[in-house]
Amino acid sequence: MYSKGFRPLSIAAVLATGTALALIFFYAPNDADQGFIQKIFYVHVPMAIVALGGFVAGGIMGIRHLRTGDRSWDMRSYVAIHLSIILGAGVLITGAIWAKASWGHWWVWDEPVLVSFLVVWLLYCVYYPLRYSIEDPDRQARYSSVFAIAAGAFVPINFVAVRLAEAYTHPRVLSQTGGSLPGEMRLTFLVSTLAMTLLFVTLWKLELTSKHASMQLKRLRRRLEATA
Amino acid sequence: MIRTAATILRKDLRIELRTRESVPAMALFTVTVYVLFHFGLDRDSLDGELASGVLWVTLLLATVIGVSRLFATEREQGGIDALLLAPVDRTALFLAKAAALFLYLLALEVVAVPAFGLLLLGPDLVDTLPELPAILLLADVGLASVGALVAALAIETRARELIVPLLLLPLLVPLLIGAASATEPLLRGDQAAEGLGRFLALLAAYDAVFVLIAVAVFDFLLDD
Repeated sequence: MYSKGFRPLSIAAVLATGTALALIFFYAPNDADQGFIQKIFYVHVPMAIVALGGFVAGGIMGIRHLRTGDRSWDMRSYVAIHLSIILGAGVLITGAIWAKASWGHWWVWDEPVLVSFLVVWLLYCVYYPLRYSIEDPDRQARYSSVFAIAAGAFVPINFVAVRLAEAYTHPRVLSQTGGSLPGEMRLTFLVSTLAMTLLFVTLWKLELTSKHASMQLKRLRRRLEATA
Repeated sequence: MIRTAATILRKDLRIELRTRESVPAMALFTVTVYVLFHFGLDRDSLDGELASGVLWVTLLLATVIGVSRLFATEREQGGIDALLLAPVDRTALFLAKAAALFLYLLALEVVAVPAFGLLLLGPDLVDTLPELPAILLLADVGLASVGALVAALAIETRARELIVPLLLLPLLVPLLIGAASATEPLLRGDQAAEGLGRFLALLAAYDAVFVLIAVAVFDFLLDD
């Protein structure tokens, strides 16, 4: 049910990830003032973009679930949020490493994107205790979808608010990921983002398939016990 | 719908007036936290960013108490089943609960803000707060709507006391940024209220988004 097109997708993800890694290490130039460590950018930023996309997608799937009443959409939303939380941990760790290397501190509060990300990540971490402390499966799906929708809408608001707070104390004209990347870096960045997206979708499908399979197995086992 | 909401609200307010459970607890809590801050920071009077931060963080923490008690009477005495069996629109229920929380917060602030001025503000700052009511009102709308939504989300969970603060506080970060940054210049004493409009706009946008979301999704909570 979820495994349609899984093989070509996973091959594409492997190829894209390989290409991205090759480009990062052999093609993209070293940054003039940060040197080699700047290459963590090609992992950190795509990971952040994909994680945020996953959170918002989880909210949209939550809307589909409440609209249609089809619980498989809640499962999709859950897996998207689950993977995004894992990626989010990676974003925070790579962000800290990058901050340590280029500013000398593991954490800096005047980087609005990273700070917003921490707030969003803390909020989404509550998804697990919320979801797993509701027993009734129907209700669990419904409450989780409501959380996914509210949190998905919270993501952009939070980014605007944190940026406003920072702009107030540290005026910032251009975000450093915006338009000013030279061509080779830009290509590497775009390929890395594509690779991360494909990887995310592949893992998402894999997790959904395995969840579906284990649920079916449980159902079959229960039926077997009933007849035996 | 408005009539139903008003009826539920009247019921909640009557219960609150008779039991005096939420608002006095919230007020007592804020004063205690001010005392804690006095000792924790070892300062007799605060100003600027520190004052605004202490004021707003304390109000947010007091809101957690109000939110976790919001459905308490219904839950403990089983009234929630009757409320849900009655042909009541969930939106009316949301409006009533959010309005109740809004009024609790107003009542709290009538006590908490003067107490803050008395205990922690320097004497020359106390009567320099003409814009504060506007900020408080805008923030209360947001606190009340997010609070009612979180209270309803947490009602079916086993670990309610844990879920409410964990869910509510990160959701309130944009509101805290708007409210604390808007209040900060007022508490600096030099009255340069720069950027006030921007933060009021942020608060208003936050309120609008969360009222709309809460109204849209409340139908799916609290059924059966």
